[in-house]
Amino acid sequence: MYQYTEFDRQFVKARASQYRDQLTRWQAGQLPEDEFRPLRLQNGWYVQRYAPMLRVAVPYGELSSAQLRVLAKIAREYDQPSAALLEDAQATQDKLGAIPLKNGQSVHSKLTTGYAHFTTRQNVQYNWIPLDKSADVMDLLASVNMHGIQTSGNCIRNITSDERAGIAVDEIADPRPFGEIMRQWSTLHPEFSFLPRKFKIAISGAREDRAAIGWHDVGLQLLRNAEGELGFKVLVGGGMGRTPIIGTVIREFLPWNQIMNYLEAVVRVYNRYGRRDNIYKARIKILVKAEGQRYIDDVEAEYKQIMEHDGGPHTITQAEYDRVAACFVAPTLDCDRKEADAKIAHILRAAAEDDVEFGRWLQQNVAPHQNPDLRAVTLSFKRLGQAPGDATAAQLDVAADLAERFSAGEVRVTHEQNLLLPWVRCDELPELWRAARKAGFAKPNIKLLTDMIACPGGDFCSLANARSIPIAEAITERYQDLDELHDLGEIDLHISGCINSCGHHHSGHIGILGVDKDGKEWYQVSLGGSDGSTLSGPAVPGKAVGPSFSAAEVPEVIEAVLETYRQQREAGETFIATLRRVGAEPFKAAANGARFSAARAETAETAA
Amino acid sequence: MKLLAASEHSTGATGQNVIELANDADPFQVSLEGVDRIDLNFPKFTDGRAFSQAFLLRRRLGFQGEIRATGDVLVDQLAQMERSGFDVAVLRADQDLGVAQRVLAAYPGYGVGKYQGDAIDIQPHFVTAATSSAT
Repeated sequence: MYQYTEFDRQFVKARASQYRDQLTRWQAGQLPEDEFRPLRLQNGWYVQRYAPMLRVAVPYGELSSAQLRVLAKIAREYDQPSAALLEDAQATQDKLGAIPLKNGQSVHSKLTTGYAHFTTRQNVQYNWIPLDKSADVMDLLASVNMHGIQTSGNCIRNITSDERAGIAVDEIADPRPFGEIMRQWSTLHPEFSFLPRKFKIAISGAREDRAAIGWHDVGLQLLRNAEGELGFKVLVGGGMGRTPIIGTVIREFLPWNQIMNYLEAVVRVYNRYGRRDNIYKARIKILVKAEGQRYIDDVEAEYKQIMEHDGGPHTITQAEYDRVAACFVAPTLDCDRKEADAKIAHILRAAAEDDVEFGRWLQQNVAPHQNPDLRAVTLSFKRLGQAPGDATAAQLDVAADLAERFSAGEVRVTHEQNLLLPWVRCDELPELWRAARKAGFAKPNIKLLTDMIACPGGDFCSLANARSIPIAEAITERYQDLDELHDLGEIDLHISGCINSCGHHHSGHIGILGVDKDGKEWYQVSLGGSDGSTLSGPAVPGKAVGPSFSAAEVPEVIEAVLETYRQQREAGETFIATLRRVGAEPFKAAANGARFSAARAETAETAA
Repeated sequence: MKLLAASEHSTGATGQNVIELANDADPFQVSLEGVDRIDLNFPKFTDGRAFSQAFLLRRRLGFQGEIRATGDVLVDQLAQMERSGFDVAVLRADQDLGVAQRVLAAYPGYGVGKYQGDAIDIQPHFVTAATSSAT
């Protein structure tokens, strides 16, 4: 992991003190709300439906055990609303009603406290910290070199990357040193702190895109040219929201050491010409789409000026690259592979139940590693009873212990809202499996239907049109049978509570979008989206199947769509492959057909 | 950076050759010949276009005169202004000069933690840190 220098530590502490001063002025009435808002936002503090929300930056998703323990402490001691606030919030959520399930049960909002939430951009969020405690939390975070700087606001946000950075078998170059160098460059950039809109960068260093780079304002792909030199392919203008657009390649190859000089040009042209008259047209994707080649020409002209006139001041020196890259040297670990194979075989032979579950866990939750003695293991935070990506204080502490015991004290927050242990010795897989199972992290559902992405939605977010978490729960409840789940295979199900698309519904094979009709919760279902991974194919937004559905209809629609897949698939064919081969029509017909059965059920219930 | 109260700011009869530039104007289209002062405007403090204008005027066009920040100029953005090339800021009428000076001095990325090069000091921290540790 990157090791903070004294300079870095002083900076984070100074930022925490600055925030305390701003908070104090706001509390004293010297700083009006409208002027405090952008300042707290640029430190990660939102105000949501019932309480403030804090987003903590996790650069490229990497966390140490010590940092996890501080996140646990914050969850335990600070993510605690007053009893009256919680009671009031729960009562308000209760009015939204329950979602009836086919099995006669129902799901409803259950607000919980004392936990952290993993986001699709590899960050960590809290939902209940009172604003008057916010400066104390910033000090606590600073004690382990953490902060919420630029996790919100119209600035360059936390830079995300591949959860398998530095360990992936298909890696061209480790993206983390570049992520870190760019993080430092973008931190409190004086010229780029008030852009037209938020600005998100993702960087991938592997052949497979596991960072959804096409969906970002800037997507960077490390690659080697014909001469074997390292550089970046640069995509600009991707994004979700109400206008989903995949980024345009504006540079096929940029030498690695020029990335910041080039980004300076990309962002400066955007800062000057991006729209500021309409918040929905302010992202860079709209500028790139409207200007096309002219935007690209402007960026190239500005880049030329930065290089020739300014002298390319942010050219990464070999010394700086080496300094930062030295922080990411792999821990020295090895194991007796023969013994590991024997141990694994022993467990597989042991009990019939274990046999199936351990085998499935090895298949879904364990990934290969650059070091043949090691594995990358995903801890699943997708299980019944907790919202996708939520972890209680106790669970965060256990995850910190597991990281320490099995993964050189390091975890990664994944884009799919789980935790990944990057340095697991293959001979310790059985022990890790037992420990993870005991902790409830060993659900062998990684990449399967129930490993869904969901935003906090209408239970927490003030922007949401509808709830996401109860929908996620209803589908999770329906698909508890692991045999069925494994038979359905790898499927990306993404749920957003509104068009802002934090739950990435556009990129789901199946996407669910909350919409508001006459003050009631409705859901649009889309099919065929892709995040850009190998399984999903080139990044593309999904297409809606038709008018929106009621909450009760959604699980029925999902079931109908999946049943269509089962009928149409060829041997070994995934859901998305079948959908691409046969086209959306039969799936759409099935989805729209499910409308009636659910409507009948609802009528029956009302009559009863 | 020189801080002015709103009352100390005047656009006419200063004896200076002053131009006022709207924040969507292109600095490259302006003749800087004989200009003493350029006033750049922040219609809202969250509209950051004037930061880029100041950078281009100071760094790219080499303008040596005064670059003055006007409009919605608040104490919490002064450090960003100075680093982008402004050397004078006219505080919005309700802003406190004392608070402004204190906040400016303590601003991260100004005194402490300046990572990237800017209009005034073009070198990023990693270059200066390497040079100072080498000597």
